[in-house]
Amino acid sequence: MPIDWTHAGATVLAAFLASLVECVEALTVVLAVGATRGWRSALAGSATGLLALLLLMVLLGHVLTRIPLHGFQLVVGALLLLFGMRWLRKAVLRAAGVLALHDEEAIYRREMQALREQGDARPGLDKLAFAVTFKSTVLEGVEVVFIVLAIGAGRADLLWPASLGALAALLLVVALGLAVHRPLARVPENTLKFAVGVLLCAFGTYWAGEGMGYAWPGADWSLPGLAGGFLVVSVLCVPCCRRLAAVGAKEPAR
Amino acid sequence: MNGLRTALTELWGLFVEDGRYALAIVVWLLLAWRVLPLLQLGRGWNAAILAAGLLAILVESVLRRARH
Repeated sequence: MPIDWTHAGATVLAAFLASLVECVEALTVVLAVGATRGWRSALAGSATGLLALLLLMVLLGHVLTRIPLHGFQLVVGALLLLFGMRWLRKAVLRAAGVLALHDEEAIYRREMQALREQGDARPGLDKLAFAVTFKSTVLEGVEVVFIVLAIGAGRADLLWPASLGALAALLLVVALGLAVHRPLARVPENTLKFAVGVLLCAFGTYWAGEGMGYAWPGADWSLPGLAGGFLVVSVLCVPCCRRLAAVGAKEPAR
Repeated sequence: MNGLRTALTELWGLFVEDGRYALAIVVWLLLAWRVLPLLQLGRGWNAAILAAGLLAILVESVLRRARH
């Protein structure tokens, strides 16, 4: 089946950016564990987590492409909206200063402190290091698997572009991690989350509408239109939230 | 058992952070799916109203959170 690049371009971008955010978070934990308890166990835990995720993705992808499309688009659209609108809400509130920004350096220091308090690593496979990196990789990776399957599964031909986007992000973060050996604190995480939230909301709305049997004005071109709508509204919300938060902060002093 | 509970909590947390917000999204999707066709506005309008409702839910939620 030929790939429709109106969708595939946005699919690759959404999967790449979302995976980038999650991979950066997982890398912070792997680096903290590796630096405090040894690289062998840390990398073994992470690699096992990646294998588990790959298995999960292959299994789910296989099952999902066999489910009837219309009802499935509605369910996937609803889940994408719950997931994407949660991300977008948080990104808006962080951009407005209502919620604190995600700080990879602080998380890195906290993880290292917590791991040091557990005592020295044992020779051979360190179970704690293995468990921590396995858990972190799986938890962050499950979000990637969900995003890839959800944005790709609305049409079977989009699963490959979505998977490629996620794989590119993983390879980029691994390469950067190997090169700098520090948490990637300079990655503008909230800007990425903002962009991903916008794209996921656009995809979720589009799939939900398709699943309900509604015709989108402009057909496939409504997808960039939806993304533009979510982007403009979210950006406009930031200064409004900032003002409201400032007013709220002053009120108790009166 | 603890592991399963943690996994389910994490899974739930992927989709629901603010219960009221998540509920509003689900209720709006149900309304848009079941009630909009009864209004016979035309299928293009239904899609546009679906999107507008979701944008309104987002705006209400962030403004409410910023206010408190």
